[in-house]
Amino acid sequence: MSIFIDNETKVVVQGLTGEQGKFHALRNRDYGTKVVAGTRPGKGGESVEGIPIFNTVEEAVEATGANTAMTFVPPPFAKDAVLEAAYAGCDLIVCITEGIPAKDEAEMYDLLKEKTSSRLLGPNCPGLISPGKSNVGIMPHEITMEGNVGVVSRSGTLTYQAVLELTNLNIGQSTCIGIGGDPVPGTSFIDVLDAFQNDSQTEAIVMIGEIGGSAEEEAAEFIKKNVTKPVVSYIAGLTAPPGKKMGHAGAIVSGNKGTASAKIEALTDAGANVVENPTRIGQAIKDVV
Amino acid sequence: MNLFEYQGKRLYQDFSIPTPKSIFISSISEITDNHGLTYPVVVKAQVQVGGRGKAGGIKVAKDFDELSKFSGEILGMDIKGHIVESLLLEEASDILEEYYISFTLDRSAKSYLMMLSAKGGMDIEEVAENNPEDLIMLHISPSKGLDSETIIKSIEDAKLNESYKDELSDVISNLYKLFVEGDCDLVEVNPLAITNNGVSALDSKVSLDMNAIYRHENFKDFENEIPIPVSEQFAKEKNLNFIKLEGSVGIIGNGAGLVMSTLDVVSEHGGMAANFLDIGGGAKAETVTAALEVLESEDNVKSVLINIFGGITRCDLVANGIVEATKGKELKWPIIVRLDGTNSKEGLSILEQNTNEKITISSSMDEAAKLAVEGAI
Repeated sequence: MSIFIDNETKVVVQGLTGEQGKFHALRNRDYGTKVVAGTRPGKGGESVEGIPIFNTVEEAVEATGANTAMTFVPPPFAKDAVLEAAYAGCDLIVCITEGIPAKDEAEMYDLLKEKTSSRLLGPNCPGLISPGKSNVGIMPHEITMEGNVGVVSRSGTLTYQAVLELTNLNIGQSTCIGIGGDPVPGTSFIDVLDAFQNDSQTEAIVMIGEIGGSAEEEAAEFIKKNVTKPVVSYIAGLTAPPGKKMGHAGAIVSGNKGTASAKIEALTDAGANVVENPTRIGQAIKDVV
Repeated sequence: MNLFEYQGKRLYQDFSIPTPKSIFISSISEITDNHGLTYPVVVKAQVQVGGRGKAGGIKVAKDFDELSKFSGEILGMDIKGHIVESLLLEEASDILEEYYISFTLDRSAKSYLMMLSAKGGMDIEEVAENNPEDLIMLHISPSKGLDSETIIKSIEDAKLNESYKDELSDVISNLYKLFVEGDCDLVEVNPLAITNNGVSALDSKVSLDMNAIYRHENFKDFENEIPIPVSEQFAKEKNLNFIKLEGSVGIIGNGAGLVMSTLDVVSEHGGMAANFLDIGGGAKAETVTAALEVLESEDNVKSVLINIFGGITRCDLVANGIVEATKGKELKWPIIVRLDGTNSKEGLSILEQNTNEKITISSSMDEAAKLAVEGAI
């Protein structure tokens, strides 16, 4: 097993006719992902390299049985696109779009929770890949190999770095997931850690965080209570300059959380092996599997 | 983007949130005797740093002589490294009570958060720490919003003066409206005062969500009014996310996480980054060329590390950008390039076909960082 996507995943691409959407959808299909449809209002009936285009996600789902949406729709329309995919019954929506206003994200998250059972990954994320099965997103599949380590990260490019370190040591991955670094991610570290803990294919977990927010601290608490599989972690930003803060509301909400050292301490306390350089992730996993 | 007090107050006016009568000036020559304000007038330095009052950046003038004198003193003043370039001249208020209110996004609760306290005008973080019962924290569902019953209940819970309940309720409702419709990351008023003229927002701390710039014409105007460090101006023109740092290793990378991590690894090898520069996702050749141009104008750069892991970014386009920027040029410093991920083979072969003696290709992030640190010595 892998988490969230597998051989049965059928993808509808929102924004397939755009440059990015087309490039990555075709790459995903070449990898073996079942990319069954695309949507673009007004272009229903056309096709892109053999992939049929529909006007709405609902029509695409009905005609092709798509169960997962991958969204490349530009920020002003992204909220509506994600909600459209959810209302059309997609179980998983992977939103690659970068630059969506926080208010749209918060509202979208709220509506998804309340009215649908869809899982949103992202926005502003690289998507996910279950090597050998399916790639839904923009991750370079060349650096992955099938195996037993689950990888989860807030940062796209750092996810790739971690995956490469594993593959270079001949350690394969069950699923690699980028949850995105935006204010309101649809899927959190905790959701993914929970899924990896319950996934029979996954034997160890790599979790990559970065400074800011309190997602890593919350994940650490979850690991302490619920995760029995070994966790290797890396937090980016130990030497980053502190950002400009304004007002007191943020400080009251986040307390002491947010710094690299607070996160490293919380994760270490939870039993994770926190490495100080991303190039050591591979060796640290090798030591435990 | 953090706004100055006067900019935040302009937004307050747009959303019918009462503020004292004021004028904004950026030069002493703009002050004339017929300014229309009633004395006493508060002269307030417009700087984005806390503690401006204690530093002498706020003074109360009782007549025109004092107004001119204080304005002259405060303009140009250095407050904790921030030079005062403008002033807000504001009618002083008779303050009866001071409250605190803010709206922000609580990331872990994934909902909006209102904080309200009758103990405003002082250090609210201290109130939160020592008397948490005096700070009402109310989560608001982003899809349902804030209704008037909830506002009234919060006013009661926070023990605000009930004889101003209706007026306060309107102001709170409008602040929330500004927070949501105005796409603000933060709206904070401390103090929100009861004055002889009724409820009034005496200060403003507003931060805008720049992802929403496409639906707010005034965001661009506000942005143009905020001075940016000279070192960051050029990068900004080129739409690059650049922050100047103190070290000597110039850094170009894609994705904030990878760039931050590159700074960490450079530091582990004994070097120090000269900058943070994220070319973002899906960068084109021009973006990379522009990034190198930005570093060329930085005196402290002694070597450059280009660390790219392609996903949505294609390494072949990055390589084209590097070639474009360096072809036939005598480079000031060595460039270490590391390319992995999407189209990295194509990218590396482009670099191999266009060799430059100052450019070294490295196959790992760790080695690349090490070479860049050595190159900067």
